[in-house]
Parts: sequence; structure tokens; C-alpha cells
Amino acid sequence: MSAVAGKAAEFKKLDVQVLSCSTDSRFVHKIWQEQELSKMVEGGVPFPMLSDAGGRIGAAYGVFDEAAGVDVRGRFIIDPDGIIQAIEILSPPVGRKVAETVRQLQAFQHVRKTKGAEVCPAGWEPGKPTLKVGPELVGKVWTVWKPDE
Amino acid sequence: MAGEEPKGCVSPAAGPIAPKPATGSGQPATPVRDKEETRMNVTVGKEAPDFEAAAYHEGGFKMLRLSSFRGKWVFLCFYPGDFTFV
Repeated sequence: MSAVAGKAAEFKKLDVQVLSCSTDSRFVHKIWQEQELSKMVEGGVPFPMLSDAGGRIGAAYGVFDEAAGVDVRGRFIIDPDGIIQAIEILSPPVGRKVAETVRQLQAFQHVRKTKGAEVCPAGWEPGKPTLKVGPELVGKVWTVWKPDE
Repeated sequence: MAGEEPKGCVSPAAGPIAPKPATGSGQPATPVRDKEETRMNVTVGKEAPDFEAAAYHEGGFKMLRLSSFRGKWVFLCFYPGDFTFV
């Protein structure tokens, strides 16, 4: 979670609301912030830390592990209309790469800004060319985009 | 209700929450109780299930509702537990 907090400034710049969620109580969140997170990242976690006591939220999102009673690492990008645009779910021993979430948010925001007229090809990053959707692009993607770029 | 301080020691999260009736503004969140309805179709292109939960934020406690963030991009991040390592 400190890795997410470390990118808080980037999420703020993109006007993205971060919400973290585990089955721990709000009291445990407080002590974790005070005892550990605030020492890993300056100022600690600046976004709301939700308590999914009982696992009802995780169950609704398909990330609640009933045997362990916890929510596994699930990440959902939700657009301003409340529609899910991206999902990533990892099993517990491997952490995520937060920079990839930032990249995907930038890509989805770009697509939304162009009202879907432009799409972001594999490996797209801000500043790289997008693709203009249309019949003339069919069979011609190779003329404007290469996989290793 | 969203925005208020959570009550009691144990605050079970409420979710998924059925969409508010057209007339209902300011009504408390009502979790979906029907077992069939709780198995929602969570996938890309579908509406994110709404929920309300107690939160720790900026030194205080409050109830937060997902749908109150409409109009903003949201990065919702689940993890197994506080004090875990990765």
C-alpha cells in the first residue's frame, strides 16, 4: 500500500480518487498508518483506507477469499460514470506494479477525452502515437504502429 | 450514512448496495440481501457494485460510499491485510 501512496502525487495530478480496501478494521488502518506507513512514505497514506469487515465488498468484486477471510490483491479502474474499465487480480505472494496502473489510467483518460475516436495500442504511453479508429485503418495498422516501438 | 462517523466497535461494510430509488435522496444505504443479486457480474464495461464502508482518512473515521465519487476516476485497490509485506 505504501507503493500506491508513493505515487499519490501522480494520482492527484490525474484527478484520480484512490481507495484502498482490506478486511481490517478502521482502527487497524489507523495504527498501521501511524506505526509503519508514515515511516515508509512521507505523510503516510493520503487516501481513504476502507474497512471491508465481513468481506461483503470483496465478495461483490470477486476478490474475497472465503477460506482465508481476506480480500486478495484486486485492482479496479472505475470511470467517472461508475463503469469498470480495468481489472487486475493477483494472488497474495506477488505485489503489483503501480506504474502500470498509472499508465492505464492515462490511456483510459486519453480515450475518454477523444470520446473513443482515438485508441491506445499495446505499450502506449503518454506522448506516443494513438490509433484513429476507422475503416481505413483495417489492415493498415502496420503503417502507423510497430510492436517494438 | 456516507460522511458520518461510523458507530460502534464493529462496522460491517455494506455492499453491494442497490441503486437508490428515484425519490430517495439522503436515505441510508440498503445492502442487497438477496443471494442471487449479490453475485454480481463484475467485469469491464459493467457498472461497479456500489458499497458503503467505514474508512480511516486524514486521522479520522467516516463512512464512505463509492457512488459519491461519481464524476471522478477511481482506483479501487484491495489487499489482503494491513502489515502485510508486498
